[in-house]
Amino acid sequence: MIKPGDGYKSIPKGGLILEGGNAKRYNTGGWRTKKPVLDKDRCINCHLCWAFCPDVSILSKDGVVSDQIDYDHCKGCGICANECPVNAIEMVKE
Amino acid sequence: MSSKVALTGNEALAQAMRQINPDVVAAYPITPQTAMVQTFSQFVADGEVDTEYVTVESEHSAMSATVGASAAGARAMTATAANGLALMWEVLYIASGTRLPIVMPVVNRALSGPINIHCDHSDAMGARDSGWIQLYAENAQEAYDNAIQALRISEHKDVMLPTMVNLDGFITSHAVESLEILADSDVKEFIGEYKAEHHLLDSKNPIAVGPLDLQDFYFEHKMQQSIAMENSKEVILEVAKEYKELSGREYEFFEEYKLDDAEIGIVALNSTAGTAKGAVDNLREQGVKAGLLKIRVYRPFPGEEIAEVLKSLKAVAVLDRAESFSTNGGPVFGDIRSILYNIKADVEVVNYIYGLGGRDIKVGEIESVYRDLEEIIDSGNVKNRVSHLGVRE
Amino acid sequence: MKLKEAAKTKERLTGGHRLCSGCGAGTATNLIMRASKNPAVVGCATGCLEVSTTIYPFTAWEDSFIHNAFENVAATISGVEAAYRSLVKQGKMDEEFDFIAFGGDGGTYDIGFQSLSGAMERGHNMVYICYDNGAYMNTGIQRSSATPKGANTTTSPAGKVIPGKQQYKKELTDIMVAHNIPYVAQASLFKPQDLLRKAQKAFETKGPAFINVIATCPRGWRSRAEKGIELTKVAADTCAWPLFEVEEGKWKLNYKPKKKKPIEEWLRQQGRFKHLFKKGNEHLIEEIQEHTDQRWEYLLEMCEKD
Repeated sequence: MIKPGDGYKSIPKGGLILEGGNAKRYNTGGWRTKKPVLDKDRCINCHLCWAFCPDVSILSKDGVVSDQIDYDHCKGCGICANECPVNAIEMVKE
Repeated sequence: MSSKVALTGNEALAQAMRQINPDVVAAYPITPQTAMVQTFSQFVADGEVDTEYVTVESEHSAMSATVGASAAGARAMTATAANGLALMWEVLYIASGTRLPIVMPVVNRALSGPINIHCDHSDAMGARDSGWIQLYAENAQEAYDNAIQALRISEHKDVMLPTMVNLDGFITSHAVESLEILADSDVKEFIGEYKAEHHLLDSKNPIAVGPLDLQDFYFEHKMQQSIAMENSKEVILEVAKEYKELSGREYEFFEEYKLDDAEIGIVALNSTAGTAKGAVDNLREQGVKAGLLKIRVYRPFPGEEIAEVLKSLKAVAVLDRAESFSTNGGPVFGDIRSILYNIKADVEVVNYIYGLGGRDIKVGEIESVYRDLEEIIDSGNVKNRVSHLGVRE
Repeated sequence: MKLKEAAKTKERLTGGHRLCSGCGAGTATNLIMRASKNPAVVGCATGCLEVSTTIYPFTAWEDSFIHNAFENVAATISGVEAAYRSLVKQGKMDEEFDFIAFGGDGGTYDIGFQSLSGAMERGHNMVYICYDNGAYMNTGIQRSSATPKGANTTTSPAGKVIPGKQQYKKELTDIMVAHNIPYVAQASLFKPQDLLRKAQKAFETKGPAFINVIATCPRGWRSRAEKGIELTKVAADTCAWPLFEVEEGKWKLNYKPKKKKPIEEWLRQQGRFKHLFKKGNEHLIEEIQEHTDQRWEYLLEMCEKD
């Protein structure tokens, strides 16, 4: 992994990034002013929130939407809460 | 076994491309390059190469697709001229900045406007700072030899930069010359297989090419590029040495023609060097100590080496087949004067801009340049630092 | 594909990309990439998606990625795909790959149009995705040929004399149909299953496929981030952005609103159309309505014919 402050002798040539998906390590959660909280009791597992999330932050495991939202990356847009057909997601002030 | 053949410059380059057998060629026709890609596409149609030929809709796409192919690990080539090169401009920098070893013949032609299809160097000179290695050729033989060597230079791990193989439009591209082409198997062996260190089609090791590179790393990547250009000098000479063993033909950064004891000299590129040799021979017969320095490698610029040769002359004329409109002379002139200044050489250097838009340059005109140099030595005065040779008032 | 099943596919676009909060391009890209069954090479035209997903030394793409310039993603992917074909032909490669080009509307309708047309005409095996947010959002909301009539952008501002953009948007999807490529579709975010299906179809297509997907831009549309998906439904219900596909020349409508809503509903929810609701501008909305109706009738006719 390339670190801030690395010099030209150690970084790959031509601006290549030599690994896939490493943006996972970049935290965008700090952009948020409100965070989504999922009420599992209300959730009907329709997966709309999962599909609509622009930040790939609604997680699904084995076909079940998780209430463990990826707050490292969720930017708090509120789309999930807005689209939830059963109002199972609430936007809560940080 | 190499063979002696009669070919135009375009045909010779098409033969070089056939022997290189690139995985991908993406090219667009433009005068005077057309015959090259036309001939090559016949090789594709006849199954003589493994190449996927991408018949792009513009030169911009030609360079773009070549970049894509090269980033995918393919040996990728294209060819162009003049306005085609100008249309590629943006992507030239992307190719070199991404460190892709693309080889591209450029059939030098005047840039519009007004539109003109004939030879000058305004196309390649404009691209001299694009991070491409630039090789120049006096004739079809040299252009062919440069193309084969360019592959090795570009793909060298310490270089990984693209190369332009320049030849003069019509004068070299369309005239039939007798030249020697190497055996297919010798070229194959000489260039070897290309294995990209990292490429897009390695699904187990995905990479990202061309990211947004901001204040924190862009400069470092440019520094690497600068070092690679510096490295290319040694590689160019190594490859030339190996090529000599194969072909018997010798190449260096430049050719010195009767410079050993010369007092006056001309610096020229491409086919004009051939004309200048005629002028030197005539003057030598008259006892004039004239010589010629023909630049083969213009980028990287072998400044120290050129200065070392020119410093013993009394006066030098640089012939530029391109106007820079700086009002201080052409591009090659600027480079030559600057390196002589570095070593504080006591040599007068003047500039002649000539041959724009394919205007003929004749032996007699070049002789007149040498006469001007003699006058500078005799009088100790430079009347015109920059002149335009062969233009009507 | 059911969403529940889609959720079992591998994540190909990761979090940590820096698209704006509520950006429709993120939703579209995540879903489309999940429809690909092979390793992919992704190309991006310069634009929001490109600058936000690959800020050195980070990439949000799990697959190999290439950005070349603004106007040449189709040509760039043409080159990658040609390299692949060459290597396969020479027996140096036998793995299946998907080749995908993403461009915003600026990079697709405008500056990348020639490159796109060339690549489609040549028949490369690639999927081109245009995420259409209706302006040059990356440079700060300048009008493109995809900007809807009347929209206030920074280069078609609503002023004292000129009320926003003067032209209707270019029907790029139709132009792609005219290239006679095997698969062309117009898709939307509010129908994720339809989008997944279309993407899957595009990937399965041998030869070029083109999908135009509307992508909300809260910044440029002057809309609320959480309304990003809802607005795309309004676009479909008012027929501002109809959903259809053209497979081997056959047109098919994919969404018919139960009751077609007036265009006003689409315009009213976005700040970029605010000036159209000023007194004296009623005729502008009428004109836009008329144009939308004509376009809808045309689509119905094309789809009924087939």
